[in-house]
Amino acid sequence: MSNAGEMGATDLAKSDRPKICMRGVDVAFGPKKVLQGLDLDVGVGESVVIIGGSGVGKSVALKCVLGLVEPDAGSIEVDGEEVIGLAGRALDRVNAKIGMLFQSAALFDSLQVWENVAFGLIQGKRMEREAARQKAGEKLAQVGLGSDVAELWPSELSGGMRKRVGLARAIATDPEIIFFDEPTTGLDPIMGDVIDKLIVECVRELGATALSITHDMTSARRIADRVAMLHEGRIIWTGPVATIDHSGNEYVEQFIHGSAEGPIQMQVRR
Amino acid sequence: MPILQPIGRVFLNFLAATGRLSLFTVRATSHCARPPLYPRLVLRQMVEIGYYSLPVVGLTTIFTGMVLALQTNSSFSSVNAESATATIVVFAITRELAPVLAGLMVAGRIGAAMAAEIATMRVTEQIDAMSTLSTNPFKYLIAPRLIAGLTMLPILVLVGDIIGVFGGYLIAVYQLDFNAANYLAQTWRYVETLGVVSGLVKAAVFGFIVSLMGCYHGYHSSGGAQGVGAATTNSVVSASILILGANYLITALFFGVG
Repeated sequence: MSNAGEMGATDLAKSDRPKICMRGVDVAFGPKKVLQGLDLDVGVGESVVIIGGSGVGKSVALKCVLGLVEPDAGSIEVDGEEVIGLAGRALDRVNAKIGMLFQSAALFDSLQVWENVAFGLIQGKRMEREAARQKAGEKLAQVGLGSDVAELWPSELSGGMRKRVGLARAIATDPEIIFFDEPTTGLDPIMGDVIDKLIVECVRELGATALSITHDMTSARRIADRVAMLHEGRIIWTGPVATIDHSGNEYVEQFIHGSAEGPIQMQVRR
Repeated sequence: MPILQPIGRVFLNFLAATGRLSLFTVRATSHCARPPLYPRLVLRQMVEIGYYSLPVVGLTTIFTGMVLALQTNSSFSSVNAESATATIVVFAITRELAPVLAGLMVAGRIGAAMAAEIATMRVTEQIDAMSTLSTNPFKYLIAPRLIAGLTMLPILVLVGDIIGVFGGYLIAVYQLDFNAANYLAQTWRYVETLGVVSGLVKAAVFGFIVSLMGCYHGYHSSGGAQGVGAATTNSVVSASILILGANYLITALFFGVG
């Protein structure tokens, strides 16, 4: 009985442990302080969207988790493992759990579309090229792209297709966590909706944890379970997406209404 | 003392850049020696550096050999030493001109292209994407280029030696009326192992320098299109200066003592 009770407690502790846990993260580039004590938890299977103005450090927060930017202070844990200071294979092991869709898709110009999608499988997971090619085809189909696209070069793709290929690459290794950096920026509203739906479908099918950053509120409402507002380097409000219109936070209200009047003052030289 | 501040700043920046370059070199070199290597990528870079640079290096060395024969004959005729033309051509081409000119031409052709390609990958987040896909950019992007530069430039220079000497032969025989058999015999007599080997060692070092500078400036670029342009310029300028400096050091090492 007591054993069963202990097991239950352990399981609960495991499920309660956030997939990503950021505590007191500080990042500065020279005199410019970008993140100042960022605290954020992302639960297992949860989709969190960080909103905030341009240049507040949303992308930097993601890059800290990936080890691309080294924080000056704080702690970042993925599955309970501290990632700050990791390098080489230890960092690769953590990054193998994560897929990322970059703002500009960041496709490799020198590789065909299928090689882009299969890159993580061939280089990271050492899969045979033919098997990786087949899986890349499946992932391209999952994001609504036909086999004819697989042979194209990134320069031959439209913006929406690039995003879809980027999404296929992000999910190719069946990651446990997926990051989306401004997934709908630069797309028309219809293509934005298509990408958002694909994101929701892919995350649901994989059972993945998702952390997205955007300043597109329409997109945030579609893909988020929970929204966190980043301002001046720290999270100033977080709550379920359904409550965002009644947050009671004047910063959030100004941001979601896109108003120039409010506590957030843009530095505009007249 | 306001005048000392800019001098101090320049000096500190120089030291910081030297430190960054040293760390980059050690890290990049260590990845050349540790598996996994990417033979497909190494081969692609070898073709890019070796095969596609052949016309440039060939044209440079053939014209250099031709000019050298003309100048030597013209200058030495005043002391009745025209017969030294073949000797001067073969010495100058194998020891100095083929490796240095090939190095400079490859710095302009390949170093600039490497810097531009890697810098573009940096500013479009392709290098970040590579890291997130569990692939080390040093191993995937930089090590193959260093290996290819190190191995292909000596081969280019060897071909350049032959073409350069042939350029001298063409001018000597068909314009200056040297006897072909005598010219070839004299050339062959003065082709010395030490001269050729020193030229090939220089070529290997220059190839490494060209690739290293292209990769270093590309990898550390920032600031969009302007950053890509700056990386390209800095790559060619720094590689050219380092080639000339290294040329002196290697020459002193081979021929400076005794």
